Amino acid sequence: MLIPLLYLVVRALEADVSESLDLILRRRNLMLFLNTLLLTLGVLLTTSLIALPMAWITTRTRIKGKAVLTLLGVLPLAIPGYVLAYALLGLSGTDGTLARIFGLELPRLSGYWGALTAISLYTFPYLFLNLRSGLLGLDPAYEEVARSLGYRPLRIFFEVVLPQLRPAYYAGALIIGLYVLGDFGAVSLMRFETFSYAIYLQYEASYDRLYAAWLALMLLCMTGFVLLMEYRLLKGLFFHRTGSGSKRYPELYDLGNWYYPSWAFIILIVFAAVILPVTTVLFWMLDAGDSGIWSGIGGSLYDSFRASAPAALLAAALAVPLAYLGVRYPSRTTKGMERMAYLGYATPPLALALALIFFTLSSAPALYQTLTLLILAYTLHFMAEALGPVRSSMYQISPRMEEAARSLGYRRFRAFWNTTLPMLRGGIIASVAFVFLSAMKELPITFLLSPIGFEPLAVNVWSYSIEALYAQAAPYALVILVFSSLFVGLLFAKEWKQ
Amino acid sequence: MSQTEPLLEVDDISKSFDEKVGNVVDQVRFTVNNNEIFALLGPSGCGKTTTLRIIAGLEHADSGIVKLAGRMLCSPDKSVPPEQRGIGLVFQEYALFPHLSVLNNVIFGLKAIPKPYREEKAVEILCMMGLRDHLHRNPHELSGGQQQRVALARAIAPMPKMIMFDEPFSNLDAVLRQSTRDEVRALLKKAGMGALLVTHDQEEALSFADRIAVMNEGRIEQIGSPEEVYYRPRTQFVAQFLGRTNLISAEADGEYAKTEFGNVKLDRPAHGKVLLSIRPEHLTLVGAEDGTPLSESGEVVTKDFKGHDITYRVRIRTRECLVHTDNMLNYEAGARVIVSPLDKAVVLEDIEQTEEIPDYHDIL
Repeated sequence: MLIPLLYLVVRALEADVSESLDLILRRRNLMLFLNTLLLTLGVLLTTSLIALPMAWITTRTRIKGKAVLTLLGVLPLAIPGYVLAYALLGLSGTDGTLARIFGLELPRLSGYWGALTAISLYTFPYLFLNLRSGLLGLDPAYEEVARSLGYRPLRIFFEVVLPQLRPAYYAGALIIGLYVLGDFGAVSLMRFETFSYAIYLQYEASYDRLYAAWLALMLLCMTGFVLLMEYRLLKGLFFHRTGSGSKRYPELYDLGNWYYPSWAFIILIVFAAVILPVTTVLFWMLDAGDSGIWSGIGGSLYDSFRASAPAALLAAALAVPLAYLGVRYPSRTTKGMERMAYLGYATPPLALALALIFFTLSSAPALYQTLTLLILAYTLHFMAEALGPVRSSMYQISPRMEEAARSLGYRRFRAFWNTTLPMLRGGIIASVAFVFLSAMKELPITFLLSPIGFEPLAVNVWSYSIEALYAQAAPYALVILVFSSLFVGLLFAKEWKQ
Repeated sequence: MSQTEPLLEVDDISKSFDEKVGNVVDQVRFTVNNNEIFALLGPSGCGKTTTLRIIAGLEHADSGIVKLAGRMLCSPDKSVPPEQRGIGLVFQEYALFPHLSVLNNVIFGLKAIPKPYREEKAVEILCMMGLRDHLHRNPHELSGGQQQRVALARAIAPMPKMIMFDEPFSNLDAVLRQSTRDEVRALLKKAGMGALLVTHDQEEALSFADRIAVMNEGRIEQIGSPEEVYYRPRTQFVAQFLGRTNLISAEADGEYAKTEFGNVKLDRPAHGKVLLSIRPEHLTLVGAEDGTPLSESGEVVTKDFKGHDITYRVRIRTRECLVHTDNMLNYEAGARVIVSPLDKAVVLEDIEQTEEIPDYHDIL
């Protein structure tokens, strides 16, 4: 994992000092930095404003239909950022969906606001889910104590509940922050220049590999800074329930006059994040009629599949020993190995892909532009997603099981194979599914590492959209939506079980 | 029995997980005879489970040896892996495989016999355990007592030389615990299998085991039959851990020692300062007559009526003692009584009392 990233440094340092300084100190870099930073902060603010009230409404009020509302809150994850960007673009403007159906001509969203809208509407469910489980996990005793000390509900919320939600908030914000830094689809379609977009332009358009390497390094530094900040903020923040005994549920509030506005708020968000894009995709597709836009879909689906499926199996196969060692033999080494997996997830996909390109070109040229390399890249990037479910089912299996098998005459490996492994089945299936579905809709890595002539779904959506060929992009977007809905279904099933 | 070779020999095993903390198991040595049920009894953290895991081969001892039926299982330079030791294990949480049915859990361990005969053998043993109707259930569909029996069946089926239990009955409720204990004991005796039981429950050890080793802070303090360790504890720890007792510092003079309640006969001759243990049921009360001097009588502080018996707390001069009588003797709080011993007091190896008498903690 680290080796490819080191190659990025090696490649960047190949230039002589004055040339490097020239590349680093460009004014453009400052602009890219500010753009990336502003977009990250803007998305964090927007998603917080959406996710916090939503999480509170679905956990702490007496609103009806909480399951439906929660599902609605997760649903936007089914519309990947670049599909949403595509939909926003296809919706507005002179020849957009709105103009053609209602004669309503909205100025086309683009640049900062376009990217902000697309990414926020796609990513806020990550924060919503984290805040939700944070709220559900709070010990109601703290609030009851505050009430008995004479605090009013609103003050309790700000002075007791919110501070305790910090770990959940940081966890959600981290995912979103990393996503914004790594996003390439939405910013490129909206033509808003962040580091990721600039790396692509540099790499693809001008073949200036050196500057691309430097840009990737700068982006990595920003990512490192975000991780460090998360670590610093979370340090020493441990909130547990203090009481023993069984779980109690907190008091639920009556929304009163706010009941219908609450529903309306959630529906409005879901309308913008889900219904509008889906309608737009369908509209463009119907609009095209039988002009042969479906012709490439089979091959494209097959390409996506033969890269994603092996990656999913490989990631799950690697996750099993990793989770086993991490849970059963916790030590600095095994912790470090698990961290590597998370580092692969945190590394912006374009930087990862670029690092892998430099690495293979210099040490294994035979791998360059092969399906194998793409599969390896997916595995490195999505390993963390595979690790999660396997780890949590690992935690539920008592080490006594294997010890019992050993006392019954089974050798170490056979004992594992016959007891722990079959019990891990659920976790392994979830891992395979998560990685498979994520890889199906992944754009930046796929884009940079696809072998020549390889046309997976995500790449097709993007390349048609960037040419404003919205009708041609529609079928691919629709298939992507199907796969990402499955992903959301899986996530929701897991969330609801808790 | 002493003529034949013991079934299990544990000689001087020590184990430390962290050098700063010291030995968790410290020079532990005991033997288990053929057909004997042996209990390791001690509070949590005393090293009893680690001892069991060393014998099973799930942990490695730093020093010492373990032999089973004359075969060296572990010594400083050799360790037989757990799967080759031939020791059955029953865990506290049973560790039944959730992905296998009851029948398949038992078949799982029968790999030494040819495949066609495994099922027959497993069914036979499960029927013996009264699980005939549950062969095809999943473990989670069974009650605690039934799970316990499946775990036992699984461990017994391969006919190991010995079977070990780690807190086997602590997950059962009180009523079930007693009956399961009796059943398991009868079964072990019938199978003629040696057993080692690890528990923190003194009542369980006393009623289940043929011999008991009481462990404290990694060391064995005393080994003996249940009667021996209960009636003739050697140390203050053993005396207190096995049940309520009165600890009395006294001045011994040969066969007798002078105490608050007069001269008491000792179980062995001693001289000078001694610490005595007298169980509450070895004391009784006599109503004090009006003329009895205050220094020789005591006052009933509380009376705890429990149906078939009564526990009194009696204050004599500055100290209090517990007296356990049948329900025929009836004194109310405040009554003047004389405490008189029914049996000899036990002279402990400790001379000074090391801490407050914990027996009073649950009253105060």
